[in-house]
Amino acid sequence: MTSASAAPVGPGKTPPVTGDERLVHRSLARRSLARPEFGAIVGALAVFVFFSVVADSFLQTSSMSTVLNASSTIGIMAVPVALLMIGGEFDLSAGVMVTSAALVTSMFSYQMTANVWLGITVSLLVTLALGFFNGFMLTRTGLPSFIITLGTFLMLTGLNLGFTRLISDSVSTKSIADMDGFSSAHDLFASQFEIGSVKIQVTVLWWLGLVTLATWVLLRTRAGNWIFAVGGGADAARAVGVPVARTKIGLYMGVALCAWISGQHLLFNFDVVQSGEGVGNEFLYIIAAVIGGCLMTGGYGSAIGSAVGAFIFGMTSKGIVYAQWNPDWFKFFLGGMLLLATLVNAWVRRRAEASA
Amino acid sequence: MTAVRLTGVSKLYGNIRALKDVSLEVESGQITCVLGDNGAGKSTLIKIIAGLHQHDGGTYEIDGEQVRLNSPREALDRGIATVYQDLAVVPLMPVWRNFFLGSEPTTGRGPLRRLDVPLMRRTTRAELLRMGIDLRDVDQPIGTLSGGERQCVAIARAVYFGARVLILDEPTAALGVKQSGVVLKYVAAARDAGLAVVLITHNPHHAYLVGDRFVLLKRGTMAGSHERSGITLEELTRQMAGGSELDELSHELAAARSQAPEEAPGQQRT
Repeated sequence: MTSASAAPVGPGKTPPVTGDERLVHRSLARRSLARPEFGAIVGALAVFVFFSVVADSFLQTSSMSTVLNASSTIGIMAVPVALLMIGGEFDLSAGVMVTSAALVTSMFSYQMTANVWLGITVSLLVTLALGFFNGFMLTRTGLPSFIITLGTFLMLTGLNLGFTRLISDSVSTKSIADMDGFSSAHDLFASQFEIGSVKIQVTVLWWLGLVTLATWVLLRTRAGNWIFAVGGGADAARAVGVPVARTKIGLYMGVALCAWISGQHLLFNFDVVQSGEGVGNEFLYIIAAVIGGCLMTGGYGSAIGSAVGAFIFGMTSKGIVYAQWNPDWFKFFLGGMLLLATLVNAWVRRRAEASA
Repeated sequence: MTAVRLTGVSKLYGNIRALKDVSLEVESGQITCVLGDNGAGKSTLIKIIAGLHQHDGGTYEIDGEQVRLNSPREALDRGIATVYQDLAVVPLMPVWRNFFLGSEPTTGRGPLRRLDVPLMRRTTRAELLRMGIDLRDVDQPIGTLSGGERQCVAIARAVYFGARVLILDEPTAALGVKQSGVVLKYVAAARDAGLAVVLITHNPHHAYLVGDRFVLLKRGTMAGSHERSGITLEELTRQMAGGSELDELSHELAAARSQAPEEAPGQQRT
């Protein structure tokens, strides 16, 4: 039922008699093989089995909740980054933008001695403006998104450090734990709840909500159709009347919105923010999206895939701890996983196209 | 009725004159063919009609009203649909999503407003069947269709969305003989349905099969404009192929041949 669920069919192959009868022959296996998430799900199973074998405590429910919580913080950002990638662009500023969003809330509230909800609102506006800036610059200049967002990435990194030093005279913000509205904001962005005896972070709910919303948008709305189109063939999309610039700006603002959610979690999970945080995280989001089956060149991928990608990330990062290995090895595993996932994706697509 | 009329249109790209003083008209239920070699200005001409570029001189009339189109959307809103050489389809997207791209029907209200997927699939299938394309699965990526099929999908799309003027950019350029025939049949079908068709091609044989009027372009200028009754296929082919230049070329080749019949291959071997 999705844009990509069809097993691609070569032209000129055995033309049978009537429409509906012909579809019966496409087996469930064949159809699932052609879904963008397929490679990621196989990969996730492999990683799961691997750590179940090498780490005894991996299968305990408490470990699983830790894995889920770790996955969710990456997953929240992987969703809009995947959408952006389907739309054919990158955002290297996504990692530090999360920190910027947290810093704005914290410093605005503290300096103005305002209710933190006011700070949260200001942060939302500022972050959305950053996303708009990325999209606007991209569509106006026609430069590659790699360059534009690399610029924003560096500028934001500098602004984060500079402003924090200027205002609070240290590398971290002042605690806002005793300010008005802190506890309600904490509840919304960083609380925990229990299912049975398992502690789940509220970010898992945010994550699931975002994946559901993004999947709906992608597969069942006009905007979703346009996202696939601007990534798969921007010129063609423009020629049939798709608002290419607006779609891309919207995608960048989607990244900004999620960076805002993620930033509020970062802030309210503790009560201070380190101004140098977030650098390098943009790659984790991109990795999750790619492992999840998004095509680097755009036009293909899914939000669910990005969630599976984030889950693989969570399993690997925590699995290494449960296996009692030195966490230094983590990045090596992540890199290996990325290569493997991309190869599996390419292989799956070729197979699906060759023998549907 | 004259659906589209260009009079003395010219276009400059910086200091390069891509088109100079070109006139063309096409009436509903007729096919006007634009013929020309590579670089003759055919693409520039359609881009002006389709609203991708604006003309610098001359006039552009739609149904007798002078216009200046600022975007492809404006052209579409006035019923002018263009089927580009690269077909303006997104290869990785399924046929039904491509068919409705940019004009998707929706159902439901507010946050539940969504694509009317059953309608989209049903319509795509039915419209393609009407053009004689029996797709096994409208879910297959459009990139997996053959060139002729894709061309027909693009034409079917334009007709379905109520185009009154259809502009076809080299629809048969990349196709084999049989597929070209299929596509030309649909071009004729679109004409019979009352559309005004502008067919861009560099194949005079294809043009003569369906055209009512022929406009020849050469290096950005109009080299000739003929009614069907006023020109034969032989003459059209000759003019298209360069006319007097072709005669010269054949003389030169003949001369070269008689001078050195056996030297060339022998020299290459050493």
